[in-house]
Amino acid sequence: MSVLIGHYNYWIVIFLMMAGLYVVIAQGNLVKKIVGLNIFQASVFILFISMGKIEGGTAPIVKEGMSLYSNPLPHVLILTAIVVGVATTALALALVVRINEAYRSVEEDEIHEQDQSF
Amino acid sequence: MLAVIRLRNLFAVVMLFGIYSFLAAALFVTLNAVDVAFTEAAVGAGIATFLMLSTLALTVRREKLRRKRSVIPLLVVTSIGATLVYGTFDMPYFSDPSAPLHGHVARHYIEFSTAEVGVPNLVTAVLTSYRGYDTLGEVTVIFTAGIGVLGLLGYRKRGGKP
Amino acid sequence: MRPPIQPHNLVLRIAAKMLIPPILMFALYVQFHGETGPGGGFQAGVIFAAAFILYALVFGIGLARAVATERLVRVLASLGMLLYITVGLASLFSGANFLDYDVLAQERMEGQHLGIFLTELSIGMTVAAVMIMIFFAFAERGVRP
Repeated sequence: MSVLIGHYNYWIVIFLMMAGLYVVIAQGNLVKKIVGLNIFQASVFILFISMGKIEGGTAPIVKEGMSLYSNPLPHVLILTAIVVGVATTALALALVVRINEAYRSVEEDEIHEQDQSF
Repeated sequence: MLAVIRLRNLFAVVMLFGIYSFLAAALFVTLNAVDVAFTEAAVGAGIATFLMLSTLALTVRREKLRRKRSVIPLLVVTSIGATLVYGTFDMPYFSDPSAPLHGHVARHYIEFSTAEVGVPNLVTAVLTSYRGYDTLGEVTVIFTAGIGVLGLLGYRKRGGKP
Repeated sequence: MRPPIQPHNLVLRIAAKMLIPPILMFALYVQFHGETGPGGGFQAGVIFAAAFILYALVFGIGLARAVATERLVRVLASLGMLLYITVGLASLFSGANFLDYDVLAQERMEGQHLGIFLTELSIGMTVAAVMIMIFFAFAERGVRP
């Protein structure tokens, strides 16, 4: 029983990750795929931050009177990851705009039909 | 979450994603990660949602109906999820102070950063002083993304003619 | 070339006029207080860009372009990166490792403070300039000639 209570944060994150992954694999619209990718990324951030929390600790800012701090190392990694994620999303959306202008559609099937090189 | 999969109106999907980002930022605050919550709220619920809305303004608003529906993606996703759940049984419990994650490097940062760096905010101290080289790489990535977007969407007007 | 004042966007214009200076001030506050509280370069850059985007959305792209011209934004982004690398090279030429802040001033603590201040400033500048650049690239694509 303690296994269930101790691990519930991982299972919530896995559910969100699988929802995002399903959107990326199964949907045909390109913009929706990018939204699914961002949902996947955000759930990975939740996984890391929930692993870095210590029970009874405070935010990692040194102050008089506080003794137990949460682990600052995952925070640093996730900060970098968030900003890199938005850079990737911006580039991906710029590509989608150009694809729309070239093929007149953002559905995957129609682009495959029009593009003879596949 | 399941609404994102089923909805065909893309504007509603983007709005739901904005709400999801904001909820994730609130979750980060309760998990004692204030810097990360700040960045996720500003970047995820601000910039990412705004960029998707701009893309929708330049492309389409609704998704087309798919003609055939296959069950293979659902099987793939379920099997990956089951494997991951099986893998989490060995992981440390939630908010356990004796997890190996909090051991060596993090303890050194927390104990010695006031003497070596002198900055109260531990995350800033680690990000810019102990791991400054990674932050240089991150700024390079942002710069490259900006140049890439400028190259893709910068000069020609709508219609495609130079 | 200001868009005309109509009843349906009057509330937006007044609210934006009152909100944009505090947002810029808040961005500067977050930038310089990144050491004693939550904040730092990334958050400040994004909030600064958000103020510009709000101005462009309410008052039109032409006016916003007059303040943040293409050339200025590009120069700012490149300057930010150059400043970061210069700080690293300065410590290299003073005899220590790349990006080691101990040798930048007389005392170790002062060197660390100076190094962190310059680094955060360069991060904030680059992030703000790149976000504004991306916004204008997306927005000017849809302008009908």
